Amino acid sequence: MSSPDVSATPPSALVLRGVSLAYLGVMVLLPLAALLAQAAQPGLSAFIRAMVDPFAWHALMLSVWTAAVMVAINAVMGTLTAWVLVRYEFPGKWLVNALIDLPFAVPTVVTGLMLVALYGPTATLGVVLGGLGIDVIYHQPGIILALLFVGYPFVVRSVQPVLMEMDRTEEEAAATLGAGPFLTFIKVILPTLRPSILTGSTLAFSRALGEFGSVVMVAGNRPLQTKTGPMYVFGEIESANFHGALVVSVLLLACSLGTLLVLNQFQGQSRQGGSHGR
Amino acid sequence: MVAELKSPMTNQASAPTVEDAASGHANTPRTIGVLATRRAQAGRGWGRRALIGIVLIWFGALILAPTVALVRAAFAAGFSEFVAALSSPEAVRSMGLTLGITLAATAVNTVFGVTFAVVLVRHRFWGRTLLDGLVDLPFAISPVVAGLMLMVLYGPRGWLGGALDAVNLPVVYHWPGMVLATMFVTVPFVVREVVPVLKEFGVDQEEVAYTLGAGGWTTFRRVTFPSIRWGLAYGITLTVARSLGEFGALLVISGNILNRTQTATLFVHDAIESFQPQRAYAMSLALAFLSFVLLVGMESLRSRVERRERDGGTMSESS
Repeated sequence: MSSPDVSATPPSALVLRGVSLAYLGVMVLLPLAALLAQAAQPGLSAFIRAMVDPFAWHALMLSVWTAAVMVAINAVMGTLTAWVLVRYEFPGKWLVNALIDLPFAVPTVVTGLMLVALYGPTATLGVVLGGLGIDVIYHQPGIILALLFVGYPFVVRSVQPVLMEMDRTEEEAAATLGAGPFLTFIKVILPTLRPSILTGSTLAFSRALGEFGSVVMVAGNRPLQTKTGPMYVFGEIESANFHGALVVSVLLLACSLGTLLVLNQFQGQSRQGGSHGR
Repeated sequence: MVAELKSPMTNQASAPTVEDAASGHANTPRTIGVLATRRAQAGRGWGRRALIGIVLIWFGALILAPTVALVRAAFAAGFSEFVAALSSPEAVRSMGLTLGITLAATAVNTVFGVTFAVVLVRHRFWGRTLLDGLVDLPFAISPVVAGLMLMVLYGPRGWLGGALDAVNLPVVYHWPGMVLATMFVTVPFVVREVVPVLKEFGVDQEEVAYTLGAGGWTTFRRVTFPSIRWGLAYGITLTVARSLGEFGALLVISGNILNRTQTATLFVHDAIESFQPQRAYAMSLALAFLSFVLLVGMESLRSRVERRERDGGTMSESS
């Protein structure tokens, strides 16, 4: 009979640890290493040349620019949405709250098609907007729209829990001092929400940089106009320019990881688990 | 000031009411503050209505209207056309492949996710924080880049490509590569959802089990697992949703050759490329429907997990 061992039995623990580390290593680390090695292999000057290629550079800048615009809009609308969902009651609130997560559940190609079905040149809203001179699909606004869709839940779900936990006494104190609701929001509530808004926005930015499926559907693949970073990477893979694809991939990755690292440093703490905001 | 704010409360049995204020009975700073806030919240002003209106319009234009447009587009040529498009052999095959890949990727990553979560939370070893970050890496990688990574590693001229060729195990351009790609992008989900639940749960009950003579597996099965099951279920649902929707990496791995093996998402893409929008919309609606079902599951599980977190960890009964 085996005697009970209060601490975890070392051999089985080591096996568990080893197996899971091996899995992580092969699944995640190895492909990353292969990418970096292959990208660096032709040397630094070749890397820089591929980076400053006008098509590559434009694609990268377009990705960063559209992601930034999306984040700016989403920070406002996402916070507003979280505010309305937490503080107010209205008919159908449960439905809105549930559907906020739709972008997490829906395939990206479906997202793109949904937007084309509504805002495309021959579709209902598309015709209306086109008459007003606003081209959405196959132009940059379409890209930003797709990014807004996929990024919507990030800020909302980051801010909601903080709003729900918030201590109201400070707001009440501000009210007693004569502050109107708007001033109270700016000076009392917003500072408390700022970290969560920042977290949600950074996650959305990182996601937007790499977004492919929906953008492919709405962007129309026009180089130097609507070709984002991931689209450029895919295009170069198709035309067998693997080095170009590798270089832009590494740069996209660096941007994405860079912003996440900066966020970590800024927050001054390791990110919590329980990524409800994903 | 603080004393003034605090003292009225000790004189009152309950929170100040409108009647108190009206009667001048409790005309204190605290009462005024509460009433002012309540008024703002009850929103007898235009502000609340305007804010709700703005959010609803935004939500409608961004989320709701495109969904409705998809439904309309899918049935634009009639219901029978919709059914015909979905029951074509390619459509059925692609959906079958998607479901098969989803099953494989979810099974593997569930086992990994739970194991790794236990290792991360219960074990102590050097490099734990680093691994914590490494697990999250797929979140930061564009799907196309993920596909490229796997091509570089497993492709014909890749590091492992030669070895795979030697044992005649085709990965890229074939379904094993697709399973690998889907596994790659879904690595973090289960881990991320189980870790906080495990942390919340605490080791007390597990240690009790050990002292009573239970081995590792028995402890896991009867003590640990019941406490993490809602977080685990949520993580699995996220994994399934993500696997169903994977596109970019699959597009790269499958090589974009005509008549190649298609998943449902690749089917949609190819249908658009070959100017058959009806088929694309039909399959998209099918996928959207599946996502919606998953979404309902996600939401109910999420509230269960949050309820557990609120009720707190160690000695609460697993519901």
